[in-house]
Amino acid sequence: MQVTFKIWRQNGPKDKGKFESYPVDDLTDDMSFLEALDHLNERLVVAGKQVIAFEYDCREGICGQCGIFINGRAHGPHDHMTTCQLHMRSFKDGDTIVVEPWRAASFPIIKDLVVDRSAFDRIIEKGAYISSQTGTAPEANAILIPKSVADKAMDAAACIGCGACVATCKNSSAALFTAAKINHLNRLPQGKAEQHTRVKEMTWQMNLEGFGSCTFTGACEVECPEGISISNIAELNARLLKSKISGS
Amino acid sequence: MLLDSKIPEGRLEDKWRNYQLKAQLINPANKKKLRVIVVGAGLAGAGAAATLAELGYRVDCFCYQDSARRAHSVAAQGGVNAAKNYQHDGDSVYRMFYDTLKGGDFRSREANTYRLAELSAPLIDHFVQQGVPFAREYGGTLENRSFGGVQVQRTFYARGQTGQQLLLAAYSQLYKMIAAGKVTMHTRSEMMDLVLVDGKAKGIIVRDLVSGELKRFAADAVVLATGGYSRVFRLSTLAIGCNGSAIWKAHKKGACFAAPSFTQIHPTALPQSSEAQSKLTLMSESLRNDGRIWVPKTKGDQRTPGEIPEEERDYYLERRYPSFGNLAPRDIASRAAKERIDAGYGVGRLKNAVYLDFKDAIARFGLEVIKDRYGNLFNMYQKITGINAYKTPMLISPAAHFSMGGLWVDYELMTTIPGLYAVGECNFSDHGANRLGANSLLQASVDGYFILPNTINNYLAGAMQGSPDTNHPAFEEAEREVRNHVDRVLGIQGSKTVDHFHRELGRVMWQECAMSRNKKGLEKAIDQIEKIREEFWRDVSVTGGDKEMNTELEKALRLADFIELGILMCTDALQREESCGAHFREEYQTDDGEAFRKDEEYSYVSAWEYQKGDFVLHKEQLKFEFVQPTVRSYK
Repeated sequence: MQVTFKIWRQNGPKDKGKFESYPVDDLTDDMSFLEALDHLNERLVVAGKQVIAFEYDCREGICGQCGIFINGRAHGPHDHMTTCQLHMRSFKDGDTIVVEPWRAASFPIIKDLVVDRSAFDRIIEKGAYISSQTGTAPEANAILIPKSVADKAMDAAACIGCGACVATCKNSSAALFTAAKINHLNRLPQGKAEQHTRVKEMTWQMNLEGFGSCTFTGACEVECPEGISISNIAELNARLLKSKISGS
Repeated sequence: MLLDSKIPEGRLEDKWRNYQLKAQLINPANKKKLRVIVVGAGLAGAGAAATLAELGYRVDCFCYQDSARRAHSVAAQGGVNAAKNYQHDGDSVYRMFYDTLKGGDFRSREANTYRLAELSAPLIDHFVQQGVPFAREYGGTLENRSFGGVQVQRTFYARGQTGQQLLLAAYSQLYKMIAAGKVTMHTRSEMMDLVLVDGKAKGIIVRDLVSGELKRFAADAVVLATGGYSRVFRLSTLAIGCNGSAIWKAHKKGACFAAPSFTQIHPTALPQSSEAQSKLTLMSESLRNDGRIWVPKTKGDQRTPGEIPEEERDYYLERRYPSFGNLAPRDIASRAAKERIDAGYGVGRLKNAVYLDFKDAIARFGLEVIKDRYGNLFNMYQKITGINAYKTPMLISPAAHFSMGGLWVDYELMTTIPGLYAVGECNFSDHGANRLGANSLLQASVDGYFILPNTINNYLAGAMQGSPDTNHPAFEEAEREVRNHVDRVLGIQGSKTVDHFHRELGRVMWQECAMSRNKKGLEKAIDQIEKIREEFWRDVSVTGGDKEMNTELEKALRLADFIELGILMCTDALQREESCGAHFREEYQTDDGEAFRKDEEYSYVSAWEYQKGDFVLHKEQLKFEFVQPTVRSYK
């Protein structure tokens, strides 16, 4: 199989950057997309050229480190999938594949396809935890949690922090990411004590980082590898209102 | 060298309490003056960094990823064990201890293993309090399932994403302490060397992976939490960035490396499909709760699985191990798969796999129940292979997975270098020659949250005077050596890629030092790896420079260490002339092909010391005071 990768190259945050085309042959269907890029990089090394910087780690869809805009879609042509799970069988022989980094002002480009997503960590820092020290926990079954509540908390907790929601959103909103974390914790009895400050602090930080507002286009839930529902954002808005009324 | 394991006195169940009663304490005002470096931000590292910061120490934490949330603990699927006995099925701390000790084929310390089981119950309390959404019964209590090598249900889980949920809890707790100003986090930073001052661990040299700059960090103690090294096989279930470099650098600076050849081959991963493959994705062991493993009874059977009638299928685990069946421990299940595949009964395009079949479970419980239990695993399988496993059996194959071996540590988790600790998968302590499923998340967490924060005082109490300084000549010297090493790699300008050499190394290691080993093969492997090393240092090509983000350079530096580690692994496997757990020497097996252990000669932990390129063996004799090692049978 032969394809042409049209890849965004940018040698640092201040560099202007441009697309470059790389025809690659002898690919196979069962190669993953990232393995095809590995293959291309090996060719570049042999030719004495600098490799394309791109991110990955677990390569099984859970660490959230990979994230590439492929043919105009976050993580490529399929819904609910990470870049590392994408395989070349999703493309046709002779295709030109456009490969870009996540593009959002809050995710500055470091090099080529690598972006800085530390804004997510700073949102987490503002309250995505339960302030309880190691060694102070009560017996695990002392607080009963109905299965439906635990399941709903888990649905939101499944977020892998890849940033596809931001990358695909026309407003570069981080509402789905932030909502998922807040709802995970606020749905659980252990998270209730700090529920109002959590909502206020985390959404405040989200705005401070320059992420846009949510206008409910629904693009995020389509690209989310974990299929986290947009209804989480509605729930977040309700929680935000409640926290303002509560005055805490 | 004298290896003092520092096992406390008393009955097995009193040892940890006796230790804590006698351990030194440090008052809160003084803790603020003490600095600790934690390398690695997975479950063990993040847990340790957060807890040490809560206790008042000043912590610097490092990881190579862009965020602590990426560490490979995230990928553990199945669960975490704890002796809660919630299922009322006869579980207890003692039984969990015994299962773990037996699972490791009696090659771990009794006291460490007991402590692991003892601290498992409070760990579940801890994670529930931190907001981990574990699976629940309708009544609201916690749910459990079974895992390999045990006959009770003691595994707690959060769908097929338990590792992710525990890691995110630890990550959140870590970022809480970062926000509080108690931890300084250094992401995209890789440890390049350990710095010793007067024989004690006092700091590290770090490469900033964005700017390429080398930086010095000093502390009163250094904790390594850098995970496993199974990427030495190249194809493994590990993340691509996982590496053995931090522990290898520590080893070269004097830390003994224990049981390096004890590596676990996981029985249920996706098979290799091509040479270009970079990763073998794991399919959780929990699938063996309901899936049945089989191959056709006829060699080279070309029929699709659906066309093969029941009586022509060989459920070889159920046949060979009737009492544990499909839940036989990992080493045994992997070897049994290899035996069938090697004998010509393998299935799939490359005949390198076996079937994992859910037909019976779906018929028994219904599709919805199976979807609820394993939905995300089936989805993952479909995404990668394009196959719907509800309709046709999964193809699975053994893959390199966990490193039982690692830096030798005593009961306090301190290595043979004073002030250097190793926690989680990067140490050797609790799992012996084989780790049981769902004990990995457990050990990483217990080490980081509960043990290290209680033992590090004992050392730091004596380290109050003389705060470390990065201007010390030892830092200068270490930084210069790192710079020379980097320059040397970049200066070769050869003709072959880093991946080329990694594939070569992986091929040798998988062939000779994986599921079964023999003298001739290991000797040949050492020769071959020496040749790979020689060729690497003559002909590797790394483009780009050192003062920028350079992913090829990162890979090359890690591989240079893997090559040396590979030699030590083969040396260790060659020296141990017995079979135990995952270490199966073909020369030492019983008539029915099971591992033949030799307790009189090999009931010790092999701890290797690095001496100018040679490895010198030290032995820590294992004393079994409370349990008599028996033949490990799952039949």
